[in-house]
Amino acid sequence: MSPYAVTLGLRRDGPRIVMPFADGFMGRPGFLHGGAIAGLLENAAWVAVLEALPEDATIKPVTVTVDFLRGGTHVETYAEAEIVRLGRRIANVLVTAWQEDRGKPIATANIKMMVERVG
Amino acid sequence: MSDFDPAVFIKAMSRMGHNGMLGFGYDAHGPDWASLALPYRDDLIGDPATGVLASGPIIALMDMAASMACWLKTAAFSPLATVDLRIDYLRPAEPGKSVIGRAECYKLTRRIAFIRGEAHDGDPDHPIAHVAGTYMFTAVD
Repeated sequence: MSPYAVTLGLRRDGPRIVMPFADGFMGRPGFLHGGAIAGLLENAAWVAVLEALPEDATIKPVTVTVDFLRGGTHVETYAEAEIVRLGRRIANVLVTAWQEDRGKPIATANIKMMVERVG
Repeated sequence: MSDFDPAVFIKAMSRMGHNGMLGFGYDAHGPDWASLALPYRDDLIGDPATGVLASGPIIALMDMAASMACWLKTAAFSPLATVDLRIDYLRPAEPGKSVIGRAECYKLTRRIAFIRGEAHDGDPDHPIAHVAGTYMFTAVD
């Protein structure tokens, strides 16, 4: 986990990444800040892609597009990443974040990462 | 003349929530743009191997600067929700340097505001990221 992931209090729960609720993640009154949600989404993508690659490979985000679908509230937030394509150079990842109801996502992200494979 | 003062606003915001946690500072503003600073901090590193800041804090910075740009252009504070935000990372931010995020609201409709912006770590001519986004005024009928 990166220092930023520790700052957000993220933890693993199987394929999911969980972000606890904290006052420090709030944005406009009563709602989670988009930046904290984006941080969770980015982290889920990061973990999924690194796990799918050989241990010596490295990744860098190239583009991150976040759709904010609903306001996040004062509860835990979950995120799960789906690798759409793991190419030689680029990984395309879709990530979904939700709170109490997985059928009601609060945000999705489309993330492209540059992959550096050794050898 | 706008009744929205970004310097006062960011000072108030920096006492609470995620903006406060990240410690955003006021940099500059104009009639339709705002510029904020994100001081470098070890606990915001995304890649421990390089010391490069994570993407999340930079998105949070651009989101805040973009919201302020919308309030400056409308000359009033009104509830605003981010619809989407795309960020392109042009190069990694240099470890140790503050990131400056400047966003401009280039088009307003009754409900929707369109923004674009850039982030740099000292030289505006060598940006680290480019941003495009859409915002919605939630208090409009």
